[in-house]
Amino acid sequence: MSLWEVDLYPLEGQPDLLGRRVTAEAATLGLGKIDVLAARGFLIQSGAHSAELKQADIDKIVRELLCDSVVERAVVGRPADAALRKAPAGHEQLVHVLPKPGVMDPVAQSVLSAIADLGLKADAVRTMTKYWFAPLADDALKLLKAKVLSNDAIEQAVVGPLPFDKLEFGSKYEFKPLTVPLLSLDDAALMKLSKEGQLYLSLVEMQTIQNQFRELGRDPTDAELETVAQTWSEHCSHKTLGGRIRYRDGDREISFKSMLKETIFAATQELRKRWGDKDWCVSVFKDNAGVIKFDDQYHVCFKVETHNHPSALEPYGGANTGLGGVIRDPLGTGMGAKPICNTDVFCFAPPDMANDKIPQGVLHPQRVMRGVVSGVRDYGNRMGIPTVNGAVFFDERYLANPLVYCGNAGLIPVDKAFKQTLHGDYIVSVGGRTGRDGIHGATFSSAELTTESESVSGGAVQIGNAITEKMVLDVILAARDRNLFTAITDCGAGGFSSAVGEMGEEIGAEVWLDKAPVKYDGLSYTEIWISEAQERMVLSVSPEKWEEFEALCASESVEATIIGKFVPTGRLKLLYGENVVADLSMEFLHGGRPPVVREAVYDPPAVLPQPLPTKYTWDYTPELKGILGSLNVCSKEWVIRQYDHEVQAGSIVKPLVGVKNDGPSDAAVVRPVLGSKRGIVISNGMNPHFGDFDAYHMAASAIDEALRNCVAVGADPARIAILDNFCWGDCEQPETLGSLVRAALACYDMALAMETPFISGKDSLNNVFRFQGADGKRNTISIPPSLLISAIGQIDDVAKAVTMDLKEAGNLLYQVGATRHEMGGSHFAVVQKLPGGQVPQVDAPLAKRTFQAVHKALGTGTVRACHDLSEGGLAAAATEMAFAGGLGVRIHLAQVPYSLMLNPRSQEAAERLARDHEHLELHPLSAMPDATAVLLFAESNSRFLCEVPQAKAAAFEKALTGIPHALVGEVTDTGRVEILGLPQPTRDMPEEPSELRVPKVVDASLEDLKAAWQQPLRW
Amino acid sequence: MANPRVLVLRAPGTNCDLETAHAFERAGAVAERLHVNRLREQPSLLDSFQIMCLPGGFSYGDDVSAGRILGNQIRVRLADDVRRFRDAGKLVLGICNGFQILLKSGILLEDDVPATGGPATAQATLALNESGRYEDRWVRLHTQGSKCVFFSGVESMYLPVAHAEGKFVPRDAAVLAKLEAGGQACLKYRPLEEGAATSAALPAGANHTVPYPDNPNGATNDIAAVCDPTGRVCGLMPHPERHIDAVQHPQWTRMKKLPPVGDGFVVFQNAVRYFL
Repeated sequence: MSLWEVDLYPLEGQPDLLGRRVTAEAATLGLGKIDVLAARGFLIQSGAHSAELKQADIDKIVRELLCDSVVERAVVGRPADAALRKAPAGHEQLVHVLPKPGVMDPVAQSVLSAIADLGLKADAVRTMTKYWFAPLADDALKLLKAKVLSNDAIEQAVVGPLPFDKLEFGSKYEFKPLTVPLLSLDDAALMKLSKEGQLYLSLVEMQTIQNQFRELGRDPTDAELETVAQTWSEHCSHKTLGGRIRYRDGDREISFKSMLKETIFAATQELRKRWGDKDWCVSVFKDNAGVIKFDDQYHVCFKVETHNHPSALEPYGGANTGLGGVIRDPLGTGMGAKPICNTDVFCFAPPDMANDKIPQGVLHPQRVMRGVVSGVRDYGNRMGIPTVNGAVFFDERYLANPLVYCGNAGLIPVDKAFKQTLHGDYIVSVGGRTGRDGIHGATFSSAELTTESESVSGGAVQIGNAITEKMVLDVILAARDRNLFTAITDCGAGGFSSAVGEMGEEIGAEVWLDKAPVKYDGLSYTEIWISEAQERMVLSVSPEKWEEFEALCASESVEATIIGKFVPTGRLKLLYGENVVADLSMEFLHGGRPPVVREAVYDPPAVLPQPLPTKYTWDYTPELKGILGSLNVCSKEWVIRQYDHEVQAGSIVKPLVGVKNDGPSDAAVVRPVLGSKRGIVISNGMNPHFGDFDAYHMAASAIDEALRNCVAVGADPARIAILDNFCWGDCEQPETLGSLVRAALACYDMALAMETPFISGKDSLNNVFRFQGADGKRNTISIPPSLLISAIGQIDDVAKAVTMDLKEAGNLLYQVGATRHEMGGSHFAVVQKLPGGQVPQVDAPLAKRTFQAVHKALGTGTVRACHDLSEGGLAAAATEMAFAGGLGVRIHLAQVPYSLMLNPRSQEAAERLARDHEHLELHPLSAMPDATAVLLFAESNSRFLCEVPQAKAAAFEKALTGIPHALVGEVTDTGRVEILGLPQPTRDMPEEPSELRVPKVVDASLEDLKAAWQQPLRW
Repeated sequence: MANPRVLVLRAPGTNCDLETAHAFERAGAVAERLHVNRLREQPSLLDSFQIMCLPGGFSYGDDVSAGRILGNQIRVRLADDVRRFRDAGKLVLGICNGFQILLKSGILLEDDVPATGGPATAQATLALNESGRYEDRWVRLHTQGSKCVFFSGVESMYLPVAHAEGKFVPRDAAVLAKLEAGGQACLKYRPLEEGAATSAALPAGANHTVPYPDNPNGATNDIAAVCDPTGRVCGLMPHPERHIDAVQHPQWTRMKKLPPVGDGFVVFQNAVRYFL
């Protein structure tokens, strides 16, 4: 056996991009200016299962495959050779970074097969990166290793020369049946087993399993216990939200038998009944994604998932497999949908947090953000699925529990929306091989993170291989169109255990675990059964179609393997060779879980006073810039540009729009069928800050925001479907669960009032982090209640879509929807650190009529630009429209439609003011001291700013009949954003009559404002 | 002559094959998507086509370097067949990953075999973007001369690029001079607004004149596409198949009147017309 090492350095004059990255990231983390040279490397082993590669062979491999001689030079040798260990002058400190054994290394796999293309053979390949540093202090090196170079969860960093001369393989597995002595355990021992075995089941669940096996008169096998734990995990069964909850808020008490079914699902069922023949839902809350009608040929489906805990430990791999996983949802829906676009929404702690504020076991938020973005980028781009919409939120409470929501929409022929497994069908695994990666992902997602999570649950972290999934996608769609299988589902959390369990629930299944193809030797039957290795789909294929199916897969080099059979026994039976290693009734598995009963309480907090600025003549330009330059509002171009948002050639309204392609679009318009006019519209709504006030209004606002984003680009509000994703803290706390239930009640009310159905959803609970602080005290960080609403709308002709960038000087600007005194949780309040205030609410019937009217106005071609009013209110929306279009705006606050009540003191002041200035026509808000801030920055829902050509003003106003709206300004060619405040009575001399003066409350150039908006995340 | 037949080559990780086939069909060709495994089994399949197109994507994940693995498969298994195809007066187009594959296969720019012996060396490569990352953005392009069949009659185009490894780097000054002199550097990045963007800083010692991001990757001499000496084999980094309709233009909502087709359509029309 022999091992070759190949190091590839940039040729002189070529940039050292690997080294440059390390220097840049070290600098942003405060580690100073690091001097480093880097090489990418390969370790190639041969001689055990192949002839040993000779010098001439390795030279050929380097020349023809590994080294790009135009820009690189290669150093080749045995790992111990002096040539490989010779330090470049002044850079004596050597560090190697390699994936840990067993961690997916897609490049290594490709190199193995590419070596075969050259007519040679190797046994194993591992990639690595080699860094040569100028001498570093030990602690600096340690910090660098941990913070920049490697992640312990998946990589090893070796300081100095490589300590091995061969790559490790797994050793052969010897079958050994294992039973778990469950019957004899007392309660304490049951709980110990639940935790230490990473089952994460409750005591009553453990007792139920114990009783079941008592009846059977035997102890369970390890595979049986694991199967039950996977099936009953929060991730797979949604037992908390789908379970019994006793909820109280104020004087009201509601007892739910199944909370989700009675709120979110129920609203959809009521709507479908109401619509009758006109129902446009196809399959909701049943399959891997929600399916709705699109056109005569196709339906569309949509799903958003989270991958929070894995992303906390290994941001790149977690986000990578998060997106990879959600793409398999549409692919596993009906008989398989073609994925047409991705969405992604992330929540992080601020990336500039000081290093000393980061608890042990937690990655720095900047590193998390960079890793997550790269992970999504590399999976989505490689799959050839455009990532068209998203958002990024920042709050310190996401420090240890970053949220990574990944979504995917798919297109499915109308006759392929349903599936049915038949008895006698083979159970077929397609795609990636099974390895030890991702063991216990399903149960781990139910556990809270702690400082030790990384070492306990590192196995749950994995790296994806997008190309494997792309190959699977290609053959599955071809097989679908040739009717070669009867049902399909994705292999996600819980692996085969969940996939087979689900497909065979109504029938029964026998699985031959020794048949499953494995990545390496040594996997036990239980590991094969519960591994969550990526890129696998499970299909049921009838015996007469098997040959054709297998040939199709082989023709595109995709592995398909029969691993069992669906048999009408009502039992799940697992075999390893001749040995039965599990035999459970489907009834117990799927129906035996004891109901979870939880208490939930909610006390709506009182509205606290908010100290708003009260000067009429205030120059609010600095406050506006502060909002534009805040992390939540600022440009996300750095993220967006790294995603291919145009592959498949369907991108019609892109995430960045305007005269310089850099303005923030409200929603994406995608034309999924080449040569057709019909489009889908993707948007989202989320505002965790509102959740600190009232979860009900947060949820209602998120729905309103998702819908108005969709409507702003031209979607028909009567055809928008939405998804819910609840990410919450510890729901065993009645208050935490209470806020979730309250949000779900808002979802129910809004869905019915807006006639907008929920079609699918997902939850991630337990997003808390417990750790011991530097002071020795136990601390807990819980995320804020984070409800993401994702919307999928439709537009009959994409050429009618409208973007948010201003188009032409001289056009009129209308605000649609009234501004209310709703500054609680607004970005003005967040940036100015003002507590209290009223959180925005939704007037649902008015919102519905507003969306219909705006849609009508857009559809008749009266609107040249439209932007929803959200973060930063009118001032931010007008500014974004202006710099996106490269045109100025002048806005008159006196004309803004509002619904503001003067309090008694202001009322009195108004009357006094009117008496003092009898000859003047005062604005009704003249005596309301904080009116200017409210009109500029309030985040009241259901509002838009529309650009309307003068010639179309009458038609526009007609479409808006009955909806609050007003002409508030015009588009200018001044290159400035000018906002004129409320007219104020002033007099120069005491005895002179007063006159009205209009203060300029915002005045700044587009360049200035745009720079403020672009600066924070211009990495 | 009947409508030309286009082979759109697929491989693991190819992902622009459907829209590329669609663009050729819109232009009047008959397009067939074919997996590289089929072509490897039966290279004579090529005979029934007039145009071969390698579309964009991430063939074999861009593992090792973009286009290298599929480029090698072509180099080892199919090079003679593709050269015969070219020599029969037919067309070969590589878009984005297809450009990377063509270049690394040695088909687009033949390797130099040193007179003194020793291994053949590639004339040029497509290296990692100067920015160090993948980027999707729209660029202004100008054609250079009339060598290349695909850009015949085209002066300027506005197209998206979406890649991480698109920086064209010739092996040395002699290669560059030969490509320029022969009209083979047939498409170049231009400033989005002529004159306006030139104030942006160029990195020290830059070997291009258009600054980032208008030259999105730092390509030498702002080269976005290269053709072979016949002008019938061409590779380009931008994606013409993503701009065959006006509504694919990122600023179409700003236009008073939409043009009948997008800028990229002419590339496919030129290929089809070549055979009509």
